[in-house]
Amino acid sequence: MSDGTMSGGTMSDWTSDELMTVNAARALAGARSCFVGIGLPSAAANLARRTIRPDLVLIYESGAVGAKPARLPLSIGDGELADTADAVVSVPEMFNYWLQAGRIDVGFLGAAQVDRFANINTTLVDRGQDRPPGRLPGAGGAPEIAANCGEVLIVLRHSTRNFVDRLDFVTSVGHGTGRGDRERLGLRGRGPVAVITDLGVMRPDPQTAELVLTDLHPGVTVDQARAATGWPLKTADHVAVTAPPTDAELAALRTLKAA
Amino acid sequence: MRDDDGMADIRTLSEAVAELIHDGDCVAMEGFTHLIPFAAAHEVIRQGITDLTLVRMTPDVIYDQLIGAGLVKKLIFSWGGNPGVGSLHRFRDAVENGWPRPLELDEHSHAGMANRYVAGASGLPFAVLRGYRGTDLAGRTDTVATVRCPFTGEELAAVKAINPDVTVIHAQQADREGNVQLWGLTGVQKEAALAARRVLVTVEEIVEELTPHPGGVVLPGWVVTAVARVPGGAHPSYAAGYSVRDNDFYQAWDPIARDRDRFTAWIREHVLDSEGATAP
Repeated sequence: MSDGTMSGGTMSDWTSDELMTVNAARALAGARSCFVGIGLPSAAANLARRTIRPDLVLIYESGAVGAKPARLPLSIGDGELADTADAVVSVPEMFNYWLQAGRIDVGFLGAAQVDRFANINTTLVDRGQDRPPGRLPGAGGAPEIAANCGEVLIVLRHSTRNFVDRLDFVTSVGHGTGRGDRERLGLRGRGPVAVITDLGVMRPDPQTAELVLTDLHPGVTVDQARAATGWPLKTADHVAVTAPPTDAELAALRTLKAA
Repeated sequence: MRDDDGMADIRTLSEAVAELIHDGDCVAMEGFTHLIPFAAAHEVIRQGITDLTLVRMTPDVIYDQLIGAGLVKKLIFSWGGNPGVGSLHRFRDAVENGWPRPLELDEHSHAGMANRYVAGASGLPFAVLRGYRGTDLAGRTDTVATVRCPFTGEELAAVKAINPDVTVIHAQQADREGNVQLWGLTGVQKEAALAARRVLVTVEEIVEELTPHPGGVVLPGWVVTAVARVPGGAHPSYAAGYSVRDNDFYQAWDPIARDRDRFTAWIREHVLDSEGATAP
């Protein structure tokens, strides 16, 4: 169902990407401040500011603290982010005084690969013995965002290519090898609390920290989610169904994208 | 090339690049999305200055061009993508296929790179941060280690200082004494400049007197080696107050950079055969 449209909402229909972004924005309902990665996380965080969390403080690693862009920025350094910010700080200040010091509630990350413990790879992917590894952009701010934010949200399209049994490279640590590993590594934040996809939501099991399917989007089945996951995906005792996107959510998202 | 007064010289871009940047140098061209010194990089390509070790947190299109032009032997960086668009295809081709030459990597996180510049600017051999724990990054570089806090016993990451031979930045303004002011997103430019042995600054304009801007960074002329007036010298990046980021160019770069021949033709047409530096 990638990029296909679905019907059922009163605003007629929505795409799977819109469904994912709307649910990602809802995950920010309780956040005060969010360290925003570019792409899907930025769309979700900006949508949250226009719907459920108008006071959300958006923090971009380029140095913008409290950015209020009127349209979705293409890059984390678009001029509008600085022009609308509460404060503009240098990059060393951003990473040392703001992120490392534990001042930011939620880190919102994308990924290329995620494993069952919500560890993240954005560095390289193996392509078989005959070819060199495929090169990805690399770490950026993610390792320290994942380590030092109060908690972490991940948004990523659901496929066996993205959700893999074993990462080709550990760029950023989620729950390491399982519950207790973050504490052993001295990572201060709680780590990933939800992975929002275009099929549903996975959350770490309270005992093991392994991602389990807790929510499905309307019309999606457990089998679909399992087929799109590269490990034997466990499900919660009760798998909830997410509320369909509201007209207000869809209108706000489409306005953001069109601006 | 400093005069007896110790202040920065105001030069043409071609003169400044020729005098400050040499084959084999370690060069940092900084600017975090904003104020990226593209015109200076194009002058490096025109002069064929090669075997460079390039340092930049986000290589961006500016280093994609230098790498594709075959001038780079090593890259020290933390995020090598086209922001908001996708891959840097010349960077990928060099890493994956060694075209047009193999590219050695020293790869970090943003926090690590920022602190490497801080150490360099501070005259310290390394900087300390809480980072890299549990990742595969530390095992692939010899510029990350651990250090134990002498007060608490906590184990922390240590990253080696970066001291480039030359740092190149773009700023909004300089005065005739070579004092420089930049504002908006000022990234890691102050640290990169103060860590370097030589500093080249291209500017949008030279003014009689610098007017302080909120959040502005001022580099006194005596820490700057040379200033060149290059209006629009950050394009397709931008200079707040003078231009906006040319997002269309960043998107248009993707198909150009995907193809070796198309890239080579683009460099020939838009860099090698184009006008050189703007006169001061």
